[in-house]
Amino acid sequence: MANKTAESISRDEFFYGHKACAGCGGSLAVRAALKVLGPNVVSVLPAGCMSAVGFNFPQLCFSNNSIISTFAGTASMLTGVEAGLRARGYKDFTAVGFAGDGGTADIGIQALSGAIDRNDNIIYICYDNEAYMNTGIQKSGLTPFGAKTTTTPAGKNIHGNIRPKKNMFEIAAAHDIPYAATASIGNLPDFIKKVQKASQIQGTKYIHVIAPCPTGWGVAPDETVAIAKEVVESGLWYLAEYENGNFKLNYKPKEFSSVEAYLKKQGRFKHLADEDIKLIEASRDKKWEYINKNFEL
Amino acid sequence: MRPYIREKKNFTFDDVPENTSFEAGYLTTVNSGWRSIRPVINSGKCVGCEQCYLYCPDGVISIDNGKAVIDYDFCKGCGICAKICKIGAIEMEAERK
Amino acid sequence: MKKFLSGNEAFAEGIRLARPQVISAYPITPQTIVVERLSEMVEDGSLKAEYVHVESEHSAMSCAIGASAAGARAFTATSSQGLLYMAECLYYASGGRFPIVMMNADRSTALPWNIYGDQRDSLSQLDSGWIQAYAENAQEALDLALMSYKIAENKDVSTPYMANLDGFVLTHTYETVDIPEREQADRFLPPYETDNRIDLENPKNMAFSAGPDTNYIFKFKEHEGVLAARKVINETEKEFAEIFGRKYTGLIENYLTDDADYVIVTLGSIAGLCRETADKLREQGIKAGVVRIRYMRPFPNDEIADVLRNVKAYAVLEKDISFGNEGTVFTNVNSALKKSGINAKGYNFIGGLGGRNISASDIEQIYSDIANGTEIVNFIGIGGGNNG
Repeated sequence: MANKTAESISRDEFFYGHKACAGCGGSLAVRAALKVLGPNVVSVLPAGCMSAVGFNFPQLCFSNNSIISTFAGTASMLTGVEAGLRARGYKDFTAVGFAGDGGTADIGIQALSGAIDRNDNIIYICYDNEAYMNTGIQKSGLTPFGAKTTTTPAGKNIHGNIRPKKNMFEIAAAHDIPYAATASIGNLPDFIKKVQKASQIQGTKYIHVIAPCPTGWGVAPDETVAIAKEVVESGLWYLAEYENGNFKLNYKPKEFSSVEAYLKKQGRFKHLADEDIKLIEASRDKKWEYINKNFEL
Repeated sequence: MRPYIREKKNFTFDDVPENTSFEAGYLTTVNSGWRSIRPVINSGKCVGCEQCYLYCPDGVISIDNGKAVIDYDFCKGCGICAKICKIGAIEMEAERK
Repeated sequence: MKKFLSGNEAFAEGIRLARPQVISAYPITPQTIVVERLSEMVEDGSLKAEYVHVESEHSAMSCAIGASAAGARAFTATSSQGLLYMAECLYYASGGRFPIVMMNADRSTALPWNIYGDQRDSLSQLDSGWIQAYAENAQEALDLALMSYKIAENKDVSTPYMANLDGFVLTHTYETVDIPEREQADRFLPPYETDNRIDLENPKNMAFSAGPDTNYIFKFKEHEGVLAARKVINETEKEFAEIFGRKYTGLIENYLTDDADYVIVTLGSIAGLCRETADKLREQGIKAGVVRIRYMRPFPNDEIADVLRNVKAYAVLEKDISFGNEGTVFTNVNSALKKSGINAKGYNFIGGLGGRNISASDIEQIYSDIANGTEIVNFIGIGGGNNG
């Protein structure tokens, strides 16, 4: 029984034996992308979960060329690696970065913006698990409204994080980047197609993939993929692309699944009151109004 | 090709490289001890659809003769494979210690 | 070929001859002329390099590390706040043993804001694992640029190299500079070769973590690398002299020190005025001498001990203060003497902060003060800022 997606990527494993938590969504995103890009991929990963679990000398878990960057320096090190290899006469390679939500939307956003501005020929993949998971689940700029983290406790006065997620996808697109996309590890065929597409495009490519962290989200390790599907079905995340100046929606749920059901499955949202959930639904609806108006289907 | 387990050795002063660069994919420890439950493939049921292979965060599943095979050295027992298998060909069983 | 060049321009000429393959550039006064000249050289084709307009100093060094990890020769330049902003990456570059070369235009650090020269920026980074050289004039700046890669890239050294030029006083002052011929430069400095790089045929995992069992070994080897530069600097200068005819004197440069009673130890462009003053005092029968520290890392422990062994008193004149203690150069010099069991009387003179002028009479006063005895730590023009 042929699996078209499986057939389209390398059988080799490039990220193996790592010490990520069982059921880690981030590691699945990295693994899948590397299998798309193949042995001549050079990956840059900042200090964060994926570097912490994959690069503990002498346990080195990438079979491709891989290097850790400073936390803020994913994009700028990617630039240097790409320029350096090109200067040395190499042509047949892909430079890819894998940074988490904090490494991308907070501390690394300046370097990322610089790289997009220069249109460096790199792929930047943000695996978004919606908090600083490596340091113990602290709020990042991509932590969603209402989420409980270790720095946004859920108490009587404040119900977790009071601010919505930054929109990194549209921030990247606002640079008029050659290619930007959103994805979810709940839909690997879609994510893999986007990485394939990115690898064929000259210039800077940005892919933002939702990659749940069972530890930080408060779900069972076997729920990672299911919850990553549900965030799309509930309309709280969307699969889209930006190319040639246009936004395109890749998938529109016929009917949104229950936001409450999605939230209540997760430890980080257990505390939310009905009013909080109504606010989240309202902001989802507002976002989709915008998407329906401005994105091609 | 994948990173693989190397012969066990202690890294003495001379073994430690002069700089922070070393052979890629060099593994010295397995992850099997993490598991409390393990996925078991029912070969009779498995149709080789590769969904489990695709969605395994650790990449420990491969397809051999049309059937899923698990590298138990590195499986952490997360259970994503059992959940994603639509035909119920993977069961999670208690790890025998 | 002789040209009338500023320190910045001379350094850029040296870098052109060194053929860096990747240049990451971000402007900061008073370094800007370097990155401007290099961009012109790339534009006119006289320098074949990837010129990357980074958006910050942090990215400048991060990009240089990436390029060096790709096996390319990398260059960047900075100053002051920029150096401090990239500080994290300095340690990264040295820990990874990436032989990047950076020019730093020595400049005051805020607050208060000030664009003029002192050495508080680079001296604050002595522990970052970089080789640190201090040029006195534009010719030396150019020559350091060319020698820097040869020293940094030496297999036993494999350490990044920071060449420091006093802001404005050196970076913006014009003098006649001899520019070596391209063929000679190529003969002196071969292309960069290393195993410490991304290798598409034999992939590497790089810049990894190392736990307590091996981390200290990496750090020991990093330390050995910087120490190895002591020998390599001397060898490189010897070879440089053979090809280009200009001689340098290793980690320190001594002037009239053989029989000196009173010696000023200093670094950078102020050394010239110290030598002139020493000459004048010699005419008056005072045995004055000058030691110019050319390299703060590796530190010239033995050289300083040797030269100060028989002095009656020495002064360390520096454009730096480690608040709550004393000037950092003074601390380093004293440590060198202590290790050699030398008990000469030592004094610290802090001057030139924020570009404040140090005059010939200030220097004469220093010689007189150390002959007569004074506070241990002195701010020129203010007085004692005594340490204990």
